[in-house]
Parts: sequence; C-alpha cells; structure tokens
Amino acid sequence: MLLVAGSGHSAGSLGMSDVFTSLYFEIMDHDPGNPSWEERDRLILSCGHIAPVLYATLAHAGYFPISELLTLRKLGTRLQGHPEREKLPGIENTSGPLGSGLAQAAGYAYAARMDEKKFRTYCITSDGEHQEGNHWEAVAFAGKNNLSNLTSFIDRNNIQISGFTESVMPLEPLRAKYEAFNWSVLEIDGHNIEEIIDAASHAKATFENPTVIICHTIPGKGVDFMEGKWEWHGKPPNLGEAIEALKDIRTLQGKIKSEHE
Amino acid sequence: MLNKGLHLSKEIFEKDSEKVPTRNGYGEGLVEAGKKDERVVVLSADLKESTRSQMFEKKFPERFIEVGVAEQALATIASGMANYGKVPFISSYATFSPGRNWEQIRTTIALNDVPVKIAGHHAGISVGPDGATHQALEDIALMRVIPNMIVVVPCDSVEAKKATVEAAKNGKPTYLRFAREKTPVITSGSTPFKIGKAEVFWSPSRSSGRLVNPQVAIVACGPLVYEALFAAKQLEEEGTSTVVVNNHTIKPLDEDLILNLARKVGAIVTVEEHQAIGGLGGAVSEFLAKSHPVPIEFIGISDSFGESGEPDELLTKYKMKSKDIVQAVKKVILRKEN
Repeated sequence: MLLVAGSGHSAGSLGMSDVFTSLYFEIMDHDPGNPSWEERDRLILSCGHIAPVLYATLAHAGYFPISELLTLRKLGTRLQGHPEREKLPGIENTSGPLGSGLAQAAGYAYAARMDEKKFRTYCITSDGEHQEGNHWEAVAFAGKNNLSNLTSFIDRNNIQISGFTESVMPLEPLRAKYEAFNWSVLEIDGHNIEEIIDAASHAKATFENPTVIICHTIPGKGVDFMEGKWEWHGKPPNLGEAIEALKDIRTLQGKIKSEHE
Repeated sequence: MLNKGLHLSKEIFEKDSEKVPTRNGYGEGLVEAGKKDERVVVLSADLKESTRSQMFEKKFPERFIEVGVAEQALATIASGMANYGKVPFISSYATFSPGRNWEQIRTTIALNDVPVKIAGHHAGISVGPDGATHQALEDIALMRVIPNMIVVVPCDSVEAKKATVEAAKNGKPTYLRFAREKTPVITSGSTPFKIGKAEVFWSPSRSSGRLVNPQVAIVACGPLVYEALFAAKQLEEEGTSTVVVNNHTIKPLDEDLILNLARKVGAIVTVEEHQAIGGLGGAVSEFLAKSHPVPIEFIGISDSFGESGEPDELLTKYKMKSKDIVQAVKKVILRKEN
C-alpha cells in the first residue's frame, strides 16, 4: 500500500496491527454489512496518520474490497491520506491533526450515556500526540464525568516524527498522569493478542471510570530494518525495502515459510 | 422609508427605543430549540452566564455540559456528540471560539461535516472596556473561509433568537455571531427570517406619488444595521436615496439580491463591526467582482486591533457610526458618477 502510494506512515501502522486486529476481529461488536448499525461499538481514531492499518483492517473485515487498498492516497480514492468520515464505510471520524480524537470519543461516549446506549466507544491515540493540550482537556473531561463506556488505547511506541518522545518532549510518568485524572490504567504488551483482548474485557467490566490501555509497541513491528527506528515514522519503503519488508512480515522474520512463495 | 411589509419596530428612530443585547436572543433561542428538539445540547467553556447559556441550563440541566476553560475541548467534544446524533451548541467568546479552536472546528466539525452550532459571543469592538484581546474582529473571515460552514450575524435580539432556533434545524455546521452590549431592537416576531435570505429594510420614500430610484445600496449585518437605517434616514432628508439591506447571512450569500442591487443601483456600501478585510465586505466584493463590478465602500475596522473604551466611543473612533456611513455613501456616489 505505502509503496504504491509513494508516501505515508510505515512504523505506527505496523506497530498497531495487533491492536487493530484484536479490535475488529474479537473485541468490537460491529457489522461490516451494515456499517451504520446503531448499536455498533465505535472506534474513533485520533492519530489519523496510521490510516493504512485502519484501512487494511476494515478491508479484511469486509467493509470494502481488499483490492481498493492499492488506491491509497491516489486522486479520486476513498482512502484519503488521512481518514475522512463518510468517504469510506467503517470510518467513524475525520482525523489527522493530532490531539483531537480523545475529546471526540469522550463526546460520543457522553452523548451515548445520556441516551442509555449500551455500545462502547473506543479511541486509539498515539503517544506523541500526548504533547497536545487538547488531548489533556479531554482526559480531564472524561475523568470528571466517569465515562466508563470509553476505552482508550495508547500506541506507546516511544517515537514521533522527529525523534524519540522522551527527548522531543517527555511523556512519562504516563500512568501516573492518567491516574491523577481519575482513569483506570492498564499496561500491556501491544503485540500480545491475548493481553489486548484481556485488557479490553477488563475495561468493559470497569464501571467507575474510563480506562486507558497503554500498549507498549514496537514501531515498524515485523520488519527488521524498521523496528524501533523513529526515522520510519513518516515515510514509505522503496521497492527493494518493500520486498524485504513483505518477506519479513510473511515469514515472521524468517521463522516460518511464507504461503506467498 | 422602513419597509412596511416586514413589521419592523415603529419606534427605532426614537431616542428611548428598546435596547436588548443579541446574546439574550441566543439564550431564549436555545430554550425554544431545546423544547422543540430533545437532541439539542449546550456546551459551555466556563462562560455560561455571559453567553446566556445559563438560560438553557436552568430549563434543561441534564442537557447542559460544562467543559471548563478549554475551547479546543469545547469544539471537539461537541464534534463527538454531533457525530453520535446530538445537536450541540458551543458557547464562548468569539476570540476564543472560533479563535483559539479554529483548526478543531475546521477538521472535526466542518470537514467531518457534523452539525455543531458555534456561538461566538462578545464579537465586535463594542465589547468595549475589555480591550483588544476580547474584541473579535476576525471571526466572520475565519468561519466564512471554511467549506460546509453557514455564517449568520443577527442584527438584534429578536433576530438572534430566530437564527438560533433555525440553526438548530438546519443539520449543518453553523456559526452564529453575538454582541455583548444592548443594541436597538429593530425587528419583531412577525419580521420574516430565513438563513440565506437578505431583507430590504429601507427603500426610498415616494416623491410626489412616484417611485424613487435608490442611488446607493447599504448592505449591513449585525447591530450596525441600526446605524445604517439612521444614515439612510438622514440621507433621505438631505435628498439622497438609498436602500438598506439586512444581510444577516454572510454564507451562503443572498447572491440574487446582491446582484439585483448591483445592477439596479450601481453602488454599494457594506457595513459590519469586523475587519473590512474578509467579512461581509469581502463576501460582497468577491461575488460582484466576478458577476457585476460596481464601486463599493467598506465600513468596518481598517486593518487594526481595537482598544479599551466605551462602546460608543469606540464605534465613533473607528468610524462605524451613521455619520461615517453617510460619508461613505457620498463618496461612493462620486465614484459611481466618475
């Protein structure tokens, strides 16, 4: 996708693949055949730049043809560089500018609670966007209002576009900050499917306040030359790199034989 | 003479005519909209009293949401609520909302295309003593440049109430602009109001039973419509004929009416309590430049910030009173004749 598009964000998209897979294939109640089903769980993506993993997940879940993934970022595509609501089935909100997603998710959850709706609102945020003031305004709002129907996942991959988060502008102690705002906090391995699903169940059973799940992830996960490198935050692979990357992903970095060969 | 068919206040030219701030009309409109539609919710960023959102809170406490001094959250929480299916009104001062949270409004409300209603209060220089930091003079430009956004500037408290009630029903991102000070009540409950449709409030009186052709069209918005009417009256007494248009909707502009006036009258003065750049004057001149160019003069702030002072002192200093409109009309007539 990113090779054909010629631009886009590789590292975060790969790093969040396990979380997205868990959400759309286990955790969330949703119906790809009826994207506007009123009782569906909602996923508000805050860090819209990881659109590739959202699009890939939605396509594999059956929201639109997998072949359409190769139109990413092309003129006339429904797969805009950053996601736009109503352009594509399954997209709940327009995003890209950082720090605004959690507030939207909190507003959604607040409105749903007013009407005694049973569905849950999920939000995915990046760690870097925790430098935005708008985000903390939302943390305060959700904490004050005990929005227990809201669960937020943080992609804690420690990188952002110009370096490591802790050198650009430190975020730690992240857990203590959320706790101070009346959130329940869980910390997990963001590549362990069981842990992701367990944490979401735990959040569902928490009725006192909103839950944030800090997912420790590896940026560029599954591709040797990308893993842990902040330089891969905002760029796509070239042809040679893409071939190598796909080989890594399809063989679990050489551990198994690829079905594609 | 005042357009008789529009049921305007008969006493507006009296010294002690009724004065009410447009923000009061907002508060009353919220309550009425709330009664009609239970999806209506109101969000405040710690300014519920001065934005009159408190009137709604008293009636519907469960539908009133306080977000604290956090205008970016104000816009984005409302975006989420509108995305769910509510009809949120967000209330703050216009310098903060849509000033501080402009990008959130652009992305999460306008591009996201959800029907949040943005109420920008304390707009214009007539905010007075608070000074330049609190006098929003750029908000119309900020909102009108965003696709999907409707922009309405009510001329008095009665129209403010109607605009609020209508905005609740239009299903679109909408900006409503309100003033702090008490201003004259020009319209009545029977005056027609429709977003997107400007009304001719004043046209030349007949002379010896004959219709008189206007020489200039004064196109105004907000409480300064009153100054425009006063200018028209004075000009008529001096033998100059004008029409005064209450152009409450900046976007979408009532292009049919503006084009018709440009063709028939041939000269325009725009009047607004906003920068002369990018607001009503900008909208009218951009449209006419590509359809039917005519001489235009602009009453508004001339590329400067405001300052502390009494509202009337400021309107006088920054040349937005009826005498300034009279001067602009005379100037544009000279340009038209040359």
